[in-house]
Amino acid sequence: MAIESDAVEQELELAIHPMDQFLVKPLFGGSDIGMFTITNATLWLGITVLCAIALMVLGTRGRAIVPSRSQSIAEVIYVFIYKMVEDITGKDGLKYFPYIFSLFIFILVANVVGLLPASFTTTSHIAVTATLALIVFVAVTVLGFVKNGTAFLSLFWVSAAPLALRPILALIEVISYFVRPVSHSIRLAGNMMAGHAVIKVFAGFAVVTFISPAAIGAIVAIYALETLVVCIQAYVFTILTCVYLKDALHPSH
Amino acid sequence: MAIEGDLAQMGAFLGAGLASVGMGGAAIGVGNVVGNYLSGALRNPAAAAGQTATMFIGIAFAEALGIFSFLVALLLMFAV
Repeated sequence: MAIESDAVEQELELAIHPMDQFLVKPLFGGSDIGMFTITNATLWLGITVLCAIALMVLGTRGRAIVPSRSQSIAEVIYVFIYKMVEDITGKDGLKYFPYIFSLFIFILVANVVGLLPASFTTTSHIAVTATLALIVFVAVTVLGFVKNGTAFLSLFWVSAAPLALRPILALIEVISYFVRPVSHSIRLAGNMMAGHAVIKVFAGFAVVTFISPAAIGAIVAIYALETLVVCIQAYVFTILTCVYLKDALHPSH
Repeated sequence: MAIEGDLAQMGAFLGAGLASVGMGGAAIGVGNVVGNYLSGALRNPAAAAGQTATMFIGIAFAEALGIFSFLVALLLMFAV
């Protein structure tokens, strides 16, 4: 079957498989991955952290009144997230601003670094995003019980609804509460994976001569869209963290 | 045996294709959210800036379900 099919298509499939870029490979030879093997994921996670530190620490080191370019980028991001945390969670949520800010910076830098050609997008792996989402989920749940005691459970008991409806609503609320970490992590990973796979699919079309100009144009367009999407997804992840935090601090419906 | 395997693979591919229809639903949802935000924002531009965050939360919720259908398609293609 495979031999008779279109030769170009066959070659395409061998040349660039759109999902190959997400393979985790050991960096230094061998093919088995243990707990502490240094893989390309490790490398790019490290690069992400270094870039974030370089932007935030080295960028703001000058403390100039008239900021340099890197300092103003750092300041704009800082103020942006600070305002967001303040708007959504209120004044008492500002205590958790450092955590939310590092979450945002990490995801943003990881996404942007993942857009570099031939790089590895760490946030496209559910293992990475699920870790981040689970930390948020556990932290928020524990915080809700510590701050409010059993009153936290009123989050599930919608007092605005008629009494007969409340048990059903409570069931739905409980389910939606436990789906939160799932959707929180899959949203980020799915967006990253889908976007990068689409770029690779069009890169596969670019091999075919007569449609390659259109394909290259499409790559440019999708790349621009992806640049927007990576920032929006980092923002969405952070804003949802803020919303969950607000639910934990003020559970009244 | 070979035919059974082919049938199962065909089913997986068909299912993956059907699952991607769900992305159309997410597109409608996201379009609805942004469209309504915009029509509200044009009527009262002063209140628009304060609601951008809410709009993004709405987009995120609508989009998540589309991403779930993408995930189902991926699972059918590569995991089943």
